[in-house]
Amino acid sequence: MKIGEHDWHLDPLGKHIWRGRMEAGQLLALAREVKEEGGQLIALWGSDNRHLGRGFAIHATLLTSAGLAWVTCALPDDAPAYPDLAHIFPQAGRMQRATFDLLGITATDAVDDRKWLRHTAWAEDEFPLRKDFSPRAALGSPPPNDAYPFIRVEGDGVHEIAVGPIHAGTIEPGHFRFSVIGERVLRLEQRLGYTHKGTEKRFEGMDPDTGAKLAGRVSGDTHIAYAWAYCMAVETATDSQVPDRAVWLRALFLEIERIANHLGDLGYLGNDVALAFGFMQFWRLKEDWLRLTAKLFGHRYLFDRIVPGGVAVDIGDGGRAELAAEADRLEAEVHSLKAIYDDHATLQDRFTNTGVCKPDLAARLGLTGLAGRASAQAWDARAQFPQAPYDQLDVSMATQRRGDVLARAEVRFSEIHESLRLIRDLLARLPAGDIHVPLKPVRDVCEGLGWVEGWRGEVLVAVRIGADGRLDRVHPHDPSWQNWPLLEIGILGNIVPDFPLINKSFNLSYSGADL
Amino acid sequence: MATHLILQKILKTGFVSEPAPQADLALRTREQALHAEILRIFGQSVAIRHVDAGSCNGCELEIHAINGPHYNIEGMGVKFVASPRHADMLLVTGPVSRNLEVALKRAYDATPEPKWVVAMGDCGCTGGMFGENYATCGKVSNVIPVDVEVPGCPPTPIALLQGILAAVSQDKTNTAS
Repeated sequence: MKIGEHDWHLDPLGKHIWRGRMEAGQLLALAREVKEEGGQLIALWGSDNRHLGRGFAIHATLLTSAGLAWVTCALPDDAPAYPDLAHIFPQAGRMQRATFDLLGITATDAVDDRKWLRHTAWAEDEFPLRKDFSPRAALGSPPPNDAYPFIRVEGDGVHEIAVGPIHAGTIEPGHFRFSVIGERVLRLEQRLGYTHKGTEKRFEGMDPDTGAKLAGRVSGDTHIAYAWAYCMAVETATDSQVPDRAVWLRALFLEIERIANHLGDLGYLGNDVALAFGFMQFWRLKEDWLRLTAKLFGHRYLFDRIVPGGVAVDIGDGGRAELAAEADRLEAEVHSLKAIYDDHATLQDRFTNTGVCKPDLAARLGLTGLAGRASAQAWDARAQFPQAPYDQLDVSMATQRRGDVLARAEVRFSEIHESLRLIRDLLARLPAGDIHVPLKPVRDVCEGLGWVEGWRGEVLVAVRIGADGRLDRVHPHDPSWQNWPLLEIGILGNIVPDFPLINKSFNLSYSGADL
Repeated sequence: MATHLILQKILKTGFVSEPAPQADLALRTREQALHAEILRIFGQSVAIRHVDAGSCNGCELEIHAINGPHYNIEGMGVKFVASPRHADMLLVTGPVSRNLEVALKRAYDATPEPKWVVAMGDCGCTGGMFGENYATCGKVSNVIPVDVEVPGCPPTPIALLQGILAAVSQDKTNTAS
């Protein structure tokens, strides 16, 4: 596979997915060429391969014009290190810091080498994802003082507002440190990691079926995208072919999940500008949608309905008719609410030019997914690099250029309509046949990667299965990794009371990136 | 204009709120420390502070859902508040991550007595799929005292309401403690 001038000797691993190994020194050259052709770094993580006699490894996935390239560099047992990538792709910064906290693999010459996921629950020289890790301290209460070196803004009249980790609403925990003059925000610094619960370690030694359940719980609002990406990875690793009907049902579930989340967010965006009417209307529609989902498939959020080898639940003719009818009803309802949002002066005033991420900055910093598309970053794996069945669906991507709260709301509206169209199409053309096949047995160490465009953005899951058929290393990647730093930019120059609105317009995952 | 459209939509939508479910007293995990007199004074209304102690955000979806129009929780006397100092009850989700353990204990200490704690979801009740490891303390009752446990992944809105109401309902068989 060629990127720029060079052939990087990558082999196809799946549809639009490429796999390669290289020296750590070559990683920089590859990253530069991907950057030059307008690509992005999506994920970066490490693994301990010493039990396989291969030292440590650093893995990166890069979005290129030919698809997704997953490259791995072997690193020595002693002092494993690789060149810093954050000066080319700034979004790599926090991933590099997390990789050090979990594995002790260093990004050489990184400007920011502060800890990220580690607070006080384990010591600086302990690395939980090393295979020989055993917690040194008995599991008593961790010391309260995290002593994280926030960057301070100095000068006359500057003061700090510290928010969280426990926020004032029903939101996941995280700490936000605002430096402000009056109401205007000069700087926001995030401190996350509060929901770090050892998810990656928990995968180790699990059987692939149980792993699917855990993958779906990396971020509960994105259950389907994670479960699908995980299963895609396991099925690639074991060379198992999933029946067509199962793949189409997975896409149906993914679009159901996207609509549910977008409805909820549009309601909260109304709520955050004091339009309680918008909240109540959209949450009425969301609740109806969830209830129908539960009626047809047995769970409001479709938990555990995607399993390795297929899906766990089918849909009959009656169910298809019911879902199609609900899609029509929802379309009309959303249309009438859109007319009200469009016409509401206060809402438009609060949404417009609030929390702006301009397209050039979004490109430089790697803004992705829904928020990226609102800032002219036209990437949607369903449209450009479609996995089955999206290769037969011709997905129309929603984009905006303004990069403000309004643009992110508009993308959601457009995507609801497109998802409803896709649902009707999926229902009408659903292939007949089985919904599940058993996985092929594992004979040797094998690996796979899953790539699914979830409602928030691209979800990746990389899986390595050991020769014993159990999970050896699983790394789930959430698009929130790339987008959290952009929220720090989007708030600059805005007033503190607009932060909840801007934050909600991104609606990023804590659990998905804290792991 | 928007006002006209809003009024039209409200009239067309009508009432969607449903009757309140009954309390499910089987979800109680310990003898109610609060006696009948306090329950009488509180008038069976309750101010709740939600604390995500490490959840996957699945349970939060259902907490949002009960704030929607179908459930009319304020009509049942249930209100979510912004500070533990304003709360009668902590609603705690997730296996308690060690990175949030201190904050959870502080929120508990900041909640005035008398207070209830409801642990929500399989993770909050047992540690769930995450269990106890270098990064989590497991179930909520490993960290703070818990009055009611609502299992489920996530619990449905009705199950959650039954659990919340179980904490604040008078137990006719056990009011003398």
